[in-house]
Amino acid sequence: MTRKQINNILIWLATIILVIIIMIPGLWVMLSAFRPQVDIMAKPAVWIPRNLSLLQFETMLFGGSEGSMGRSAVPVLDYLINSFTISILSTVIAVIVGTMGGYAFARYNFKGKNKYFLGIMLTRTVPGISLSLPLFILFARIGLIDTDFGIIIVYVALNIPFTVWLTDGFFRQIPKAMSEVAMTDGCTKLQAFWHIELPLAKSGIASAGIFAFLISWNEFAIVSSLARSTDSKTLTVGLMDFTAQFVINWPGMCALAVVIIIPAFILTFLVQKHLVSGLTFGGVKG
Amino acid sequence: MAEVLLKKVSKTYGKVQAVKEIDLQISDNEFLVLVGPSGCGKSSTLRMIAGLEEINSGEIAIGNKVVNNLDPRERNVSMVFQNYALYPHMNVGENLGFSLKIAGLSKEKIEERVMEAANILGIADLLRRKPAQLSGGQRQRVAMGRAIVRRPDVFLFDEPLSNLDAKLRNQMRTEIKRLHQKVQTTIIYVTHDQVEAMTLADRIVLMKDGIIEQVGSPIDLFEKPASKFVATFIGSPTMNMIEATVISTDKGFFMRTNDKIDIPLPKQKNDNVYPEQKISFGFRAEDLVPVKYGSKPDNSWDLDSKVNLSEPLGTETLIFTSLGNKEVVSRMFEPEPVNAGSLLNFSLNLDRIYLFDDNSGKII
Repeated sequence: MTRKQINNILIWLATIILVIIIMIPGLWVMLSAFRPQVDIMAKPAVWIPRNLSLLQFETMLFGGSEGSMGRSAVPVLDYLINSFTISILSTVIAVIVGTMGGYAFARYNFKGKNKYFLGIMLTRTVPGISLSLPLFILFARIGLIDTDFGIIIVYVALNIPFTVWLTDGFFRQIPKAMSEVAMTDGCTKLQAFWHIELPLAKSGIASAGIFAFLISWNEFAIVSSLARSTDSKTLTVGLMDFTAQFVINWPGMCALAVVIIIPAFILTFLVQKHLVSGLTFGGVKG
Repeated sequence: MAEVLLKKVSKTYGKVQAVKEIDLQISDNEFLVLVGPSGCGKSSTLRMIAGLEEINSGEIAIGNKVVNNLDPRERNVSMVFQNYALYPHMNVGENLGFSLKIAGLSKEKIEERVMEAANILGIADLLRRKPAQLSGGQRQRVAMGRAIVRRPDVFLFDEPLSNLDAKLRNQMRTEIKRLHQKVQTTIIYVTHDQVEAMTLADRIVLMKDGIIEQVGSPIDLFEKPASKFVATFIGSPTMNMIEATVISTDKGFFMRTNDKIDIPLPKQKNDNVYPEQKISFGFRAEDLVPVKYGSKPDNSWDLDSKVNLSEPLGTETLIFTSLGNKEVVSRMFEPEPVNAGSLLNFSLNLDRIYLFDDNSGKII
């Protein structure tokens, strides 16, 4: 074996080990969704699954008095609807506003532009958990506690900086001549933006949208303090419903985690191409 | 088709005045070329006419209508950009038809006009391709096609050939000229290449530092340059230019170069100079004749000098030699090989010497 082959094998081994380390927690969650509590809690750990069942999912969907521990079902459907409503709406708003912001930063010069840009980016550095208490107090006063609307506002604010940053980079890549040609071609500024620049920044906007959606979809710290009931609780907060005073329903929690993962998974696969080009800024070609 | 009129037009960027109160009248169907070194304000002028750049002062009129405050789309001009700026997400046909679609024309009408333009430029078989699949020359044609389709009053070209290789550039240059004859529209064309300017223009506007140095036909600029700058900018190879001082002797005026070579001042200029005046005299390569290989002019001054270098170009040969310490170039029209280092007798045609005042740079 040559030195190069040995090197290759070592690199592969290292990669495989790393991938396993990264994937085990996820796999464990998925596996546990189909196993009874005793198997999950068993010591030493049961690695090779026996007794796989869809019981937890049945309970989730049809409500089960025969749930593994006789507990009434968690209102997963309500949470699912909340999650979708909040994530989709906040993403759409953040992308619309953020794209406009990104365009403005890329194309126009105004006083203090760099400071504004930095200011917007800095808001992103504040950890969500530190915002949850002030937001709770504020929302309690103005009556936005436990409403979809309140949570959407927060998520929009969270997602706009990243969208601005990402789309700004994309619009910068599009030659200015492109919109100038469109304008001599008879477009207004808005038409030039709509017909020419927006389609060219498509992959940037798509990746910004995906990120915004995933952030909203997975967010826990803030929503756990703002959401109180089925009116606004999302799936991530819903996970907490599986913990009782003395016991935790691990299979149920894992099953719900799988439900949470699925949309994110599908989305990432569908738009992987955009995502890669979005992050490497290779999306536009003259 | 329209006349374009610029009255005292100025443009400043911050503290820099890019265009300084220029006046210009471009007649209907004229091919006008704005030429000059980079930073001379030619592109800014073009962009102000297109409406892509605001005018700080002055007035621009297209077809008797003042357009200062009109958007680009309301001016009915078409612009071809240096980097083509084809819409990458649309195919060639959609690129061509875009302006008509925006204008709200019917599908049939758009197709008809697109085909018409495509046929003029010979790109009818490319309509379904995306810009990325085209060669440089094809992209250039599409960019021109997109401009033609609209039937604008004025075509604006912003250095359209500078991204092409030399051979294609010559070819496209001819095509642009042919296009002008076909579509009969006013064209304003910006370039920094004097060859393009000379070959394409009905009239050349030579700009420098935001002002117009000279306006005239290509031959005018070549034969009657108004200043030293024009003389050295137009023509290839560049006009030979030598600094000298006018001296008065009993044999009349002479031009004494910095390395003390005395050359008789052409008689017809006698009234315009005075002793000790600092001047530059210029002459074109073809007016320094290697006597052995050309015909000696009537009124000449002779010089024996070594050949430093020769560049055979097929129909002509450029010979680099020295006049005092200064390298000068001579052009001979015989394809004889000339060796570097050989001594030749050159004859300078005094009737075709240009004199420039060194202070003002203007012609004497």
